Amino acid sequence: MSGSDIKTEIIEADILVIGGGTGGPMAAIKAKEANPGLRVVLMEKANVKRSGAISMGMDGLNNAIVPGYATPEQYVKEITVANDGIVHQKAVMAYAQGSFPMIQYLDKLGVKFEKDGSGEYNMRKVHHMGTYVLPMPEGHNVKKVLYRQLRRLQVSVTNRYMATRLLKAEDGRIAGAVGVNTRTSEFLVVRAKAVVLACGAAGRLGLPASGYLFGTYENAANCGDGYAMAYHAGAELANLECYQINPLIKDYNGPSCAYVTGPFGGYTANNKGDRFIECDYWSGQMMLEFWRELQSGNGPVYLKMDHLAEETISEIETILHTNERPSRGRFHEGRGNDYRKRPVEMHISEIGFCSGHSASGVWVDENARTTIPGLYAVGDMASVPHNYMLGAFVNGGIAGADAASYCESADLPAYDAGYLAAEQERVLAPTRRDDGLTPHEMEFKTRRLVNDYLEPPKVTAKMEIGQRRFAEIREDLQHLCATDPHELHRALEMQSILDCADMAAAASLYRTESRWGFYHLRVDHPETNDDEWFCHTMLFKDEFGRMAHRKREVAPYVVRVEADEMAAYHQLRVKTPVAAE
Amino acid sequence: MPIITQQKSAAVVIDDAKCIAEKGCTVCVDVCPLDILAIDEGRKKAYMKYDECWYCMPCEADCPTGAVKVNIPYLLR
Repeated sequence: MSGSDIKTEIIEADILVIGGGTGGPMAAIKAKEANPGLRVVLMEKANVKRSGAISMGMDGLNNAIVPGYATPEQYVKEITVANDGIVHQKAVMAYAQGSFPMIQYLDKLGVKFEKDGSGEYNMRKVHHMGTYVLPMPEGHNVKKVLYRQLRRLQVSVTNRYMATRLLKAEDGRIAGAVGVNTRTSEFLVVRAKAVVLACGAAGRLGLPASGYLFGTYENAANCGDGYAMAYHAGAELANLECYQINPLIKDYNGPSCAYVTGPFGGYTANNKGDRFIECDYWSGQMMLEFWRELQSGNGPVYLKMDHLAEETISEIETILHTNERPSRGRFHEGRGNDYRKRPVEMHISEIGFCSGHSASGVWVDENARTTIPGLYAVGDMASVPHNYMLGAFVNGGIAGADAASYCESADLPAYDAGYLAAEQERVLAPTRRDDGLTPHEMEFKTRRLVNDYLEPPKVTAKMEIGQRRFAEIREDLQHLCATDPHELHRALEMQSILDCADMAAAASLYRTESRWGFYHLRVDHPETNDDEWFCHTMLFKDEFGRMAHRKREVAPYVVRVEADEMAAYHQLRVKTPVAAE
Repeated sequence: MPIITQQKSAAVVIDDAKCIAEKGCTVCVDVCPLDILAIDEGRKKAYMKYDECWYCMPCEADCPTGAVKVNIPYLLR
């Protein structure tokens, strides 16, 4: 393909939503509900019917704030404490206040939540302090419900188009995005007044221990495209050194899942069958205790259920093997695992970025606005901590409504045609070579180096080697070769993964302290240093195209947290009586 | 460097006797989040074309004739 025969379609919209998983569809839905006259385009690199983290539904809400069980204030406090205080509380509060209305909205659309005999939501406790878990034993239809609503509201869906870069106007506003078809390599340029990024986690960053590139915790399609696009557009990204690391079923690499089994009496145990953590809710400190147990000789760590009654185990099996990751049952069957007889071997995942469970991401305020006018980010890739599925819905809704009102006063900006031409050349470069390096091997090497040099405990000298090796891989991009459109889409994903690897290293080196338990455990800076580092760290591309950093003050809290409360998540190890030691 | 191809085992298995791709069905291909399935133009049957499976199962769940089985990839099994 030479410059003249590049096929490009250009369309105009008011709002472009990139990513059709969870937050993206809700952004499109709420924009259309706010103003049905808006032209809303939803661009998805897979198929909206089954894309994203919840392609097979969800087994429960992990962060539901239901009246009578918790208040938004209690929730904001818990999330603040679980993240060592580095949170933009206004954004967490906006989520918390939107949580229950969103549950009611989803319920009305037909999403099924567990209710008791009198029709009340059947809330369970998993967190250290409050009660926020609502099981969804019939949560397999979430995507169908969303799809129906998208059709009803006439959102334009473009499946199998992968967004590669954002377009900007001369004045710095967002102007749209470039997409490339994953089956034909044809381009689609969507000009828009506002763009909502909803591309999910960077879940293909570290390499799973199995060595299987796509055996990831997150949907493997969620490879960090959104982080890379935001970065290259000049948006700020927050606290990327606060990695996502998950406890999981070893090798299967999916949720085991203590949030579901915990309320039924299942728990995380060491090889002696003993509990070692007080609370299964994920936090950096919990992951640190998990890692220590694995290192200590008391591992492996198990999810223990063999003490439960038959009917309880059957119920757990029904939830876990029909929702979210139904192939869990098939995996256990193949291993001869039976919850009744043997505990499930667990492990911790490779690293990634994901605010769904952690706290890093493209910086957004309480209106889901990034630092670029007209650009929004939601869900796993936005900086609102511990978002989970419900957070993606709520913040997606916030972004959609805010973008709709932004469109009222904005015109459709012109984009830089030179930038578009250069981007098309970048995208197609791997198709112009007959031989060279394959996307798989370049991805494998990048991710293997992420494991070798960036995993915590983080060592300065190792991370610097990692940066040098990533720079070598960047040089090798001139040999990256794609033989068909499918391989081209992997080649583009591989470049996003490399961008995320560079961001993970740079962000981790910038914060010279330890914080968030295992997520940012720096061997050379083992203490938490509130005097210098009680702040967000922002990573961005500076005017010279270099990766740069700055500190952002933690905005004044809207919910006060006392000093003694702030330590609640620091004491997660089960205390051993002195006599027993 | 020249590029070579290497054999892999396919985790997603299609029962040709049940697959109705020859009637125009492309459901499994359409729903796969990783876009790893395709229709063999010669045999007119679906097959796993790329070893990039997240074992998520929409292909199996949505197949109208129950022709698709998702196995756990060997490296994880």
